[in-house]
Order: sequence, then structure tokens, then C-alpha cells
Amino acid sequence: MACRFILQNLSKRHLLHSTFASRSASTLILAEHEGGSIKAQSLSAVAAASSISGDNPVSLLLAGSGSSLQQAAEKAATCHPSVSQVLVADSDKFAHPLAEPWAKLIQLVQLKGGYSHVIATSGSFGKNILPRAAALLDVSPVTDVVEINGPHQFIRPIYAGNALCTVRYTGANPCMLSVRSTSFPVPPISGDLKSGGASISEVDLSTLDEDSIGKSRFIKLSSEETDRPDLGSARVVVTGGRALKSADNFKMIEKLAEKLGAAVGATRAAVDAGFVPNELQVGQTGKIVAPELYMAFGVSGAIQHLAGMKDSKVIVAVNKDADAPIFQVADYGLVGDLFEVIPELLEKLPEKK
Amino acid sequence: MKIMVAVKRVVDYAVKIRVKPDKSGVETQNVKMSMNPFCEIALEEALKIKESGLAKEVVAVSMGPSNCVDTLRTGLAMGADRAIHVEASRDLVPLTVAKLLKKLVEIENPGLLILGKQAIDDDCNQTGQMIAGLLGWPQGTFASKVVFDKEKQVATVDREVDGGLETLCLDLPAVITTDLRLNQPRYATLPNIMKAKSKPIKKFTLEELNVEIKSDIEVVQVTEPPKRKAGVILSSVDELIDKLKNEAHVI
Repeated sequence: MACRFILQNLSKRHLLHSTFASRSASTLILAEHEGGSIKAQSLSAVAAASSISGDNPVSLLLAGSGSSLQQAAEKAATCHPSVSQVLVADSDKFAHPLAEPWAKLIQLVQLKGGYSHVIATSGSFGKNILPRAAALLDVSPVTDVVEINGPHQFIRPIYAGNALCTVRYTGANPCMLSVRSTSFPVPPISGDLKSGGASISEVDLSTLDEDSIGKSRFIKLSSEETDRPDLGSARVVVTGGRALKSADNFKMIEKLAEKLGAAVGATRAAVDAGFVPNELQVGQTGKIVAPELYMAFGVSGAIQHLAGMKDSKVIVAVNKDADAPIFQVADYGLVGDLFEVIPELLEKLPEKK
Repeated sequence: MKIMVAVKRVVDYAVKIRVKPDKSGVETQNVKMSMNPFCEIALEEALKIKESGLAKEVVAVSMGPSNCVDTLRTGLAMGADRAIHVEASRDLVPLTVAKLLKKLVEIENPGLLILGKQAIDDDCNQTGQMIAGLLGWPQGTFASKVVFDKEKQVATVDREVDGGLETLCLDLPAVITTDLRLNQPRYATLPNIMKAKSKPIKKFTLEELNVEIKSDIEVVQVTEPPKRKAGVILSSVDELIDKLKNEAHVI
């Protein structure tokens, strides 16, 4: 109960502070880390912050426990020129990215820091956590943003990307956003920013509201081991649909992906049929990808699949059915049997340098 | 245990939508409307839990204008016991929907709240997470499998996440949002459609529930996405490789 009293008084003081300082932007980024490094997609959130306004100091919030967290913090301090501060929440409560402790953490950090914007990438972490935090802060978030037109105006896809909605946020600070990493590419950072890295500080968790923490427990994460690059950020993606007919046949897709140095993707139908695990699904409710080259084999091109890949630079489609909707978005189409085309491609494609 | 399921009436998933010429929104007049596919899955899961003996009652809830009642009747026809319609003449942002749901949860006291992970019209994917936050309940979002332990009063949820399948254990009461592979929703049979006509639908107005209507998001315009340039159909693998290498420069 005492914690709540302290928090309420903190919030009153900082509400005053934030309305005074509301003209200047400052952004809190909810970052993910793994194995001692910042995840690449979190950097997209930083890129998005830089496009909100020129002078927008960015604080990166990391949570976890142990040495890999501290390692990630060190790397975060020099990961991007816009990052001026790294906040570290070190506790067993954050051993896994659960929404309940994370939302309370964001509420605590926001009430203390009075940021004008809070941004996360629109992956399963950001999607799971940001709205819960927004409800605690009593603000409407804008999710899955693909374009930023100013500090409070954003564009987001609706109806599986068949329409774009421009929205204006008219509420109090913070303006909370989740952004599509494919829409905010990170320019290559030249060299090491060893000089002028960000400051690293520990978040004081003594006043963290315990209510609702502990009601959820992480049991396990099942992932497939793979040598293939990450689907969300690969330069080339090779996708198979239900026409592959079996999990065994999907090995052909794997081989082609390996030849091209590509990630493997799949349609909902292929995942439903059990050919591949769910994390390979590309589409409206799966992963959104925008690679240089997207090759779709035996994919009909349902609206919901297109939603996940139509921003690819070059799209190639191979399908036996000349009327398949996929050909309407493909730059290069081949009407043919994938069971003949793929082996021919494997034979004739130049070796990857 | 009572299960509450929130459902939304949306443009049918197979419809090819059109943006209105005045850019104020998407054309929904004379367009086929259906229960949001994720909401159907949510309702199906609630019904399965009830049929396995772990819950006594399934209550379907929807918020919006009077045509919401059509969607609620579909829910009742699928097997929900009762329905609640919160009448609202304007669009409600997810935060307002969450606050209204909180009021209903306080009235109805369910042990489980199930929602679809997102509505296929606005694709927001927010409401379930928000209501969980407001209630202080644990959340299991993007669920592809749910197993209950009545004795321990916990739900073990498999979630589809970027890295694969994450398994969480949640204390009840909890909020679950459904992903595509959780189940296959049943069709309403004709006898059940007839029975549904006499199942009760309680109506609430916004005033009665006394909830702050949030209006901090303004729609400026709705536009069509940029169209891709038309592509070409090629006649051989050799031609494809040539184009990819020498024209598109991607390999």
C-alpha cells in the first residue's frame, strides 16, 4: 500500500514536470536482448525515435538478470548515436520477458522519467507488453506504425494492409508506439562509438508495484535449431506453401534457401498442415517481412499472406495455377510445377560467393 | 467458473475492401459482416472448456451499435448461454473497450476472460492486454493451446511467439487471447440457431456503465497503399535467373 502512495505522489510531481517539458521530446525504448547483445529489431525502434524529432534523447530500457544483462547494457551504450542513456532493471522477476512485471516496470520508469514517447518494435515482445503498459498509464497506444509524420501523427496498416490509416495522437504524455522493424531500417553504424557512449544506470526497483507479478510463470520456449538467418531481417526469403505437400518436401525449400543464403518462410496453410513450425509463418498474423528478394513456391497469394510480404523489393512466384492471386503482386512469375522448378534452380543458380 | 468472451463484428475476412473516395474510412455499407475470426476461436475455446465440465456458463459480450446483436446471436447459436450488448453509437478505442469490459467483469465475476488476439479490421492487437493490465490479471496472448488444472486453478498456455512456442503457467483468473491454431470453430446448427432466438441478451448503455470514453486517437484519413508495378510472367528458369541477376540485381 505504501508503494502505491509513493507512486501516486511521484506521478503528481512528474505530471507537472512533464507538461512543462512537453515541448521537448524524449523517448524511452523498450529493448530486447539475447546472449549479451541487443536484438537487431530493437535498433529499429531507435531509428524510429530519431525520425520523431531532431532533438530527441533516447533512453534504452533493458530488463533481465545476471551477466548477460550487464553485457547487453555495455553494448547498448554504444549501439546508436541517438542513445544517451541505458536503464538497466536487474532482477529475477525479469529473467523472462513476461508482460506483468514489464508493464509495471514501464509504468515506474515513465512516472520517474516523464518521457514524451515510449517505443517498442512490433514483434511478439512489443505486442504483448506495450498495450498492457499503456492501459496502466491510461493512454491509447498506436500499434504497428509504418510511417511517422511528426511527433504525434502516424500511419498504420489496417484490413491486413489493404488500407493505410493516418492517425493523430491527441492525448497526454507519453505517446506510446509499436513500430514495424521493416519500416524503420537501421543504417549501418560506422565504427565503434567508444567515445561518447551512453551512461548506464540501474533502475531503482524498490518501489515496483508487486501486484500481478508472480501470477504468471515461464515454463519453456520451444524453438527449432536452424542455420538460416532470422526471417524478420533476412535479405532473401524463400517461402513454401501447402503445395509442398509434406514436411519432407520442405527440405527442398531449405536447400534452396541455403544456396541463396536465405531465410525460410511458410504460409499459414503449410504451418497448419504441420510441415513447418509456427515461427516461419509469414502473413497478417505471422511475421511481416520486407526482404530484397521474396520467392514464393506453391503459394496461392491469399490476402492474409500478402499482408506479410507485399513490401518486399522483388517478388518471385512459382505456381502451377496461372490464375493464382500471387501473380498479381509478383514482379517475376513462373507458371510451372515447383517440384521441377526448384531442382532446376538448385542446379543452375550461381554458387553464393 | 463463468467464462466471458468478447466478440467483435467486422467486415468478413474474404471481402476485398474498398477505401471510400473521401478517404474517411473503408466502405462497410452493403458489405458482408461476420464475427471476427479470432473471436470465433475465442468463443469455441470457451465452449470446449464448458463442455469438458470445467466451466458452468459462457457469456458473450459485444460493444457497438445495434447490429452487434447479430454477432451475439451467432455466438448464442454456437452455444454461448447468455449475451451482453453494450450499446455505443461511435467507434470505441481499445482502451475504452477494455474499461467497459472491466466494468462487466466486476458485475459478472468470470474466472476467465477470452478474446481474439486482434480484430481483422483495425488489426490493433491491444484489447486483451489492456483489460489484463486494468484487472491486474495475468495474460496469455497469442494462445495456440490452453490446458486447465481445476485443482491448482491455473491455465498452462502455449503461445506463438517470434522465436517459436512459449509455454506459460497462469494463475486464474486470467485473460487469454487466441491465435489461429488454437481450435477450429464449430458451425452453428439450425436447431441451435432457433434455440438462440430465445436466449437472453442484456443491454447496457455507456451511461449505465459510467466509464470514461477515451478519445485520444483521431483518424486523419484512410488511403490505399501504393500499388506495385505490374510484373511479368517468364517462360523458363533460365530466364528467371537471368532477370534476377541482371535486371533486378538481387542475386
